[in-house]
Amino acid sequence: MTDIGYWGVPLAILGGAIRVSTPFIFVSIGECITERSGRINLGLEGTLVFGAMSGYAVAYHTDSAWAGTLAAAFAGLLFGLLHGWICKFPKVNDIAIGIALMIFGSGLAFFFGKPYVQPVAPDLPAIPLGFWSDIPQLQAALNVNVLFLVGIALAFAASWMLKNTRIGLTIRVAGDSADAARALGIDVNRVRLWSTGVGGALAGIGGAYLSLYYPGSWNEGISSGQGLMAVALVIFARWSPVNCLYASLLFGGAGALGPALQSVGISQGYYLFYAAPYVLTLGLLVATSSAGGSATRAITAAPGELSITK
Amino acid sequence: MTLQADLAAGLAAKQSSVADYAGRILQPLFLPLAAVVAGMIVFSGFLLLVGKSPIDFYMIVYKAGFGTSFSWANTLARAAPLLLAALCVALPARLGLVVIGGEGAIVLGGVAAGTVGMMVPGLPGVLGILAMAIAASVTGAIWIGGIGALRHYRGVNETISSLLLAYIAIALMNHLVEGPLRDPASLNKPSTVPLPEAYRIGEIPGIGVHWGLAVGIVACILCWVLIERTTWGFAARIVGGNIRAAQVQGLPAGLLMIGFTALGGVFAGLAGMFEVAAVHGSANASLAAGYGYTGILIAFLARHNGLAVIPAAILFAGFEASSGLVQRRLGLPDATIVVFEGMIFIAILLSDALQDKIDFRTLFRIRGRS
Amino acid sequence: MTSFLTPNRRQFLTRTAGLAGLAAAGSALPFGAARAASLTVGFIYVGPKDDYGYNQSHAEGAAAVKAIPGVTVVEEERVPETVDVQKTMESMINFDGASLLFPTSFGYFDPHILALAPKNPKVRFEHCGGLWTADKPKNVGSYFGYIGMGQYLNGVVAGHMTKSKKIGFVAAKPIPQVLLNINSFLLGARSVDPTITCQVIFTGEWSLAVKEAEATNALADQGVDVVTCHVDGPKVVMETGAGRGMYLCGYHANQAPLAPAKYLTGAEWNWAKVYTDMVNTTLKGGAINNFVRGGLAEGFIKMSPLGSAVSEPARKQFESVKAEIIKGGYAVIKGPLKDNKGNVIATQGQSFVETDVALEGMNYLVDGVVGSTS
Repeated sequence: MTDIGYWGVPLAILGGAIRVSTPFIFVSIGECITERSGRINLGLEGTLVFGAMSGYAVAYHTDSAWAGTLAAAFAGLLFGLLHGWICKFPKVNDIAIGIALMIFGSGLAFFFGKPYVQPVAPDLPAIPLGFWSDIPQLQAALNVNVLFLVGIALAFAASWMLKNTRIGLTIRVAGDSADAARALGIDVNRVRLWSTGVGGALAGIGGAYLSLYYPGSWNEGISSGQGLMAVALVIFARWSPVNCLYASLLFGGAGALGPALQSVGISQGYYLFYAAPYVLTLGLLVATSSAGGSATRAITAAPGELSITK
Repeated sequence: MTLQADLAAGLAAKQSSVADYAGRILQPLFLPLAAVVAGMIVFSGFLLLVGKSPIDFYMIVYKAGFGTSFSWANTLARAAPLLLAALCVALPARLGLVVIGGEGAIVLGGVAAGTVGMMVPGLPGVLGILAMAIAASVTGAIWIGGIGALRHYRGVNETISSLLLAYIAIALMNHLVEGPLRDPASLNKPSTVPLPEAYRIGEIPGIGVHWGLAVGIVACILCWVLIERTTWGFAARIVGGNIRAAQVQGLPAGLLMIGFTALGGVFAGLAGMFEVAAVHGSANASLAAGYGYTGILIAFLARHNGLAVIPAAILFAGFEASSGLVQRRLGLPDATIVVFEGMIFIAILLSDALQDKIDFRTLFRIRGRS
Repeated sequence: MTSFLTPNRRQFLTRTAGLAGLAAAGSALPFGAARAASLTVGFIYVGPKDDYGYNQSHAEGAAAVKAIPGVTVVEEERVPETVDVQKTMESMINFDGASLLFPTSFGYFDPHILALAPKNPKVRFEHCGGLWTADKPKNVGSYFGYIGMGQYLNGVVAGHMTKSKKIGFVAAKPIPQVLLNINSFLLGARSVDPTITCQVIFTGEWSLAVKEAEATNALADQGVDVVTCHVDGPKVVMETGAGRGMYLCGYHANQAPLAPAKYLTGAEWNWAKVYTDMVNTTLKGGAINNFVRGGLAEGFIKMSPLGSAVSEPARKQFESVKAEIIKGGYAVIKGPLKDNKGNVIATQGQSFVETDVALEGMNYLVDGVVGSTS
């Protein structure tokens, strides 16, 4: 192997952005669509974990990682629809339901996931995009999973969809003003139901990536809060799917900093390096927030109906 | 609860009879209790599906959570940190702020308490405990109050900033207890130097639970008084209802935001202090036990009402307390109780939708008059 | 429950002394025989008991205890090192009548076990990894194994198999038990080739899948070609390492099934032996020593069977060193030795044999380890 020394750090950030960011991409784009319709689903952490479990289990039984991913998406869809259905009732708080579904989803995943901790399921395939290089480290970093590419395409597709299609417009109107939407004859609850459903399905896929590709096994500690963090990233990304993609890449890349610095011998204070993604995100958030303060709505790009930013 | 609803309830109360008053007290209890029963029925179906007896399950949950004096000690010991953690969510929530990072203040409050114990170990017990409480409160107030300030001055969304700061706080705690604050004698569990005996907080006599429980309950009651019975609370509720209107009225929205988040942080910091002074005896990584996150659940379950936090925390602590016996007696995974909690929680939240449809008061009044 | 922490020191001492007397009398009486038909043993794990690692190794021990006639085993997994574990222990005592407890995580010891032991003088608390000393309650015992020797043997094989002369270690936290393993791994490899270095990455948590995978990748990027670890569940490190073409040395349990072609050997716990011995002693009415340690010779630890990839010279040296260790008195930490900051650890002729309690307070990484203890 080539000795790459300190080049290992930028390389790890690149590799980390590609490896670690995918679950964030899927969950945050999904949540972005949900929130644009005017609901917030804080429960995607539970959906992600359940997706990881169901994806792994189905992949193990069918011997097909893709079947597993599909199953995870379907399971996520069901969780999303459940959230959407409960929230259509008056006076029900969508944030609280999200928190309930977070523990419900993780609980179910842990409950049914016990028998799948030990078995080894097939992994999702990767595309060796680093074939042109003869540096093995670069080849490894550019070993790109298909879902990562799908995630990138999805970010642009979702942005385009929200801006330019009738469905996108419907979602945005429902999210900005339920009254206006009703005046246009839009069934607000139905729009939100399916937006939350789609968000759940994407979160399920994000979970399948965790268990079927990276780190590539199912156990109860598979998610260290990626689902919750991804939901927070949507606010950071100002409700734009493309920004969600960038935020996820940034977050994944910064997460690789801790191990990479230690591997080149910068080893003191590694806990602080591990906090880098959070510090960086917070710093950017503070720097880019408007100084208007609480008199104006917290963030101007926010969908008007969103309970969390009202 | 909205302001109008409150006012309406207040008006109604003035005009009503004693029977009405009793009904008014029972009304908020009726629906949640019915919801718990409904959730239990749904969960029974789940248990039957996986081939276990719901009767056995509920017997065990009752026995291990609430059935014996040991069970109550178990439940209340688990409830103690949750009461304070829930207030860190409930207080800002009355202003419309969703703070989900109380865990950060708990962890750092604990570290602050441990540090005081390490730096000034010579004080008399009461003073030492007071010093630790002040250090933990101030740390918590700055940590969570800072989130309120960021929201007010910079428009930074408090949900995301509190979550980010929780992760940062845990990293900071790990760094400190494994680095500068580490007691070299703590070997395989890196911790701060053990607190002097005099700084340890003991049990409430006869209950077998540390004093954090009493402080938590008092704090819940104080918060209820603050919110429901003082001008400050009234102003906060108006800000929570409509901030623009509140500012037009000249209410100091910024001050309220920072004050309420800081107060929430005080309680979370104290929760950390009790973990250190009453449970662990020193600050270490076990401070990040997830109480802050369970607190979110309880606050939302209690609809951010200080008094309701008490039964909500005890109920969930009781479920948690029964988890072990469920594992051991029924051979079910430890996640069983989590699934159960999820179902109960969903049922209670769903019952909100029925608030206006089933009016317990009406039922009560009809029966009272006939 | 921590009431025992509140009274002043004198009260505390008399209380424990009294209870210690009681406990001692208890174990001398033939009351083991009366209870022989029904001994309830409780096992408490900090993580899931099928984690391919620490908790699984203990659960396998518990499974062996279940096979002993007249013994009931109760288990609880994923119990945090908070008031939760105190309540779990009390619950096992109150509801299940457990009289022998194995709370297996290090963090259960102080303050949790130490808080409960004086209140439950008839219950025996056996703790894994703690350092029992004479001032601790007499109904508490601590046991552990010299698994550093296993990591040393891992290192011997790794030293033969590495081509890049860089071996790697994914570690959770810089605590003595982990540091001893890292140092042993490197010193084993250096016994083959003194130019070998060991790169360590601390993840900061006992179980954090994504970070463990990232750490393994970072090691691979630096040219490390043999990796081992000390985290609760080594599955992720093993699978990621194999994916990057690295050779693997296992830890806690046998991870060979995860990547048979890459797995060289592994340092495994053999709690089945330890636990069945302790339970049998209790059944016979005997007393378990308060401080129990053992290594390869005593059967506390064992090595995974050597993998097919292991070369013949490696195999030979592995077997001969293993035989040496089993003879007893083997020292991995011996002079002249410096730590990786240049401080002298041991001078020429000075050595710390495996049984030396000083090793249980290790706070340094030896020369040749790239990494930092804080």
